[in-house]
Amino acid sequence: MSAFMGSRRRDDLASRPWTGRKRHYDLFKELTVGTLVIGIAVVALSAVFGSPDDRGMTLATWAKAAPADFVATATAELGRTSDSATYGPPYTRTQGASQTLGPIDLQSFSGVRIPIDTANDFVIRPLASVPTAQSAVALWRAAGTAQQTSWTDAYTKALAKAPGGSPTGVAAGPYGPVPALTGTLLGMARSGSLDGVIRSEGGFAGLDVTRPTLFLGDGAYFNDLAATLHLSGDQWGVMNETGDYPGQSWLWLFSLWYQIPAIGGAPNADVLAVGLIGLLSIALVLVPFIPGLRTLPRLIPIHRLVWRDYYAKRGTALRSRPRAALDDA
Amino acid sequence: MPDEKVVPEEPERWSTWTGRARGWMLKRLPPDRLLPEDQPSYVASWIYVFGMGAIASLVFVIGSGIVLALNGPAWYHVSALGHFVNSAHLWSVELLFLTMVVHLWGKYWMAAWRGGRALTWMTGAISFFASIGAAFTGYLVQTNFDSQWIAFEAKDALNAVGIGAWFSVTDLGQLLTWHIVLMPLAVGAIVALHVLLVRVHGVVPPIDAAESDAQLGGSAAVTVAEEPPTAPRPVTESAAAAEPALVAHQEVAR
Repeated sequence: MSAFMGSRRRDDLASRPWTGRKRHYDLFKELTVGTLVIGIAVVALSAVFGSPDDRGMTLATWAKAAPADFVATATAELGRTSDSATYGPPYTRTQGASQTLGPIDLQSFSGVRIPIDTANDFVIRPLASVPTAQSAVALWRAAGTAQQTSWTDAYTKALAKAPGGSPTGVAAGPYGPVPALTGTLLGMARSGSLDGVIRSEGGFAGLDVTRPTLFLGDGAYFNDLAATLHLSGDQWGVMNETGDYPGQSWLWLFSLWYQIPAIGGAPNADVLAVGLIGLLSIALVLVPFIPGLRTLPRLIPIHRLVWRDYYAKRGTALRSRPRAALDDA
Repeated sequence: MPDEKVVPEEPERWSTWTGRARGWMLKRLPPDRLLPEDQPSYVASWIYVFGMGAIASLVFVIGSGIVLALNGPAWYHVSALGHFVNSAHLWSVELLFLTMVVHLWGKYWMAAWRGGRALTWMTGAISFFASIGAAFTGYLVQTNFDSQWIAFEAKDALNAVGIGAWFSVTDLGQLLTWHIVLMPLAVGAIVALHVLLVRVHGVVPPIDAAESDAQLGGSAAVTVAEEPPTAPRPVTESAAAAEPALVAHQEVAR
């Protein structure tokens, strides 16, 4: 059975150069024909089906389409209660936010390498350049953390009670500068300028879109749209893409773990899914050395289909040879 | 008449690192094995087409990718030609994975790691994972809603295992480097090694192939033609010389 391990043995037929019958073969011709066939298929598929390209979402499109959701999210960013504000490494120092596997905490290993302060990065710093927001920004900065939290908590509850969550339907209350801050931020987002300002926080070129992506993700609008496009995690979204396209179907096994409630619903679902797919990937690489897996092909004779021509002719060639030649042998 | 038999050069002739490297390579992969004009008789199945199909698909992935890279990640949003090239990039990737997965399953059921071919299998599996990484970074640099959402979702898995701090899926600049430079180099290198290993070791013979098979010229095939193979019978050069019919049979078969 050692031959099934991939090891080399001199008396093993698979280990030696083939000394039996051969057939004509043209490597370059096969490559040329293969390239032509694939080329025709690529051009045909591209012409007929094209490719998906749904426009990216901006803070502007979000603010225009769902202003109530935008203001509620901005309030959570200001109060540092959003998902991003409490994410943990590598964005924040939130205690106990990491996904762990028993005592192993790989998420905390990197520390806070991409620091995000949602109140300052998403709301206060962008508004600092807006003349009409100066007094509200100054009031916010002058207040202590407890006072800031009190304002945002009160405004969050008031928004939840307002019809449709609309800021215009909020009753008067102890919200401090929060309505002014979030209202001005909404106007800034609608005008499109907030996208540029937040994006530039990731550098002059604006290539690091971590901040706008996290801000969008904290709102319901972004997630709802993804669910409508069958992209969320519980919809096998890891392997889907927008439109009716195959997507990354090769990620089906990774996506599968999130569909199992015991894993997908676990607080450390990502660690479990990545860990499992990592183990299975190592197993695939090491198949030649894994007992059982390496012998399965012998037990389930699919190879009989692959080499059916060989097996069909195993004995016929010599039988058809001249008797004299056989006698000589 | 003088004996014109070609005598292989002695290893001692290689006195430099370069010479020894050349000798090492020529010993393992002589030109007729690198670019063969024949293959064993059992290499006669459609399953063998898919490995070549994967390489052909990779040609179009790289070609369309170069055009997209030269024009920038946002070009295909505003150009009809760009959109077509992007479509060609997408579909060549889909065909690459289709052919690669069929190739992989085929090789599994053929137990293609037999006979010292374990490293060939391993490089093939690693090239599959490298291709997944390359495709994943490709989906992240689309600069559209799809890439936004994939980045938002994928960051959690990568952060959870401590990778996200260095491989940030929301950093387009970083991702472009991965997708356009690092991953193509990785895939190209591992695929090249995989193909060279295939050429070095040759195509694995059928699982039940035995010296008694007619296509190997074994005399036992006359009597047990349709019977299951018996235990392998080692054939050495001297044994072949003692069996002229075996040699003659191979000559005819060629």
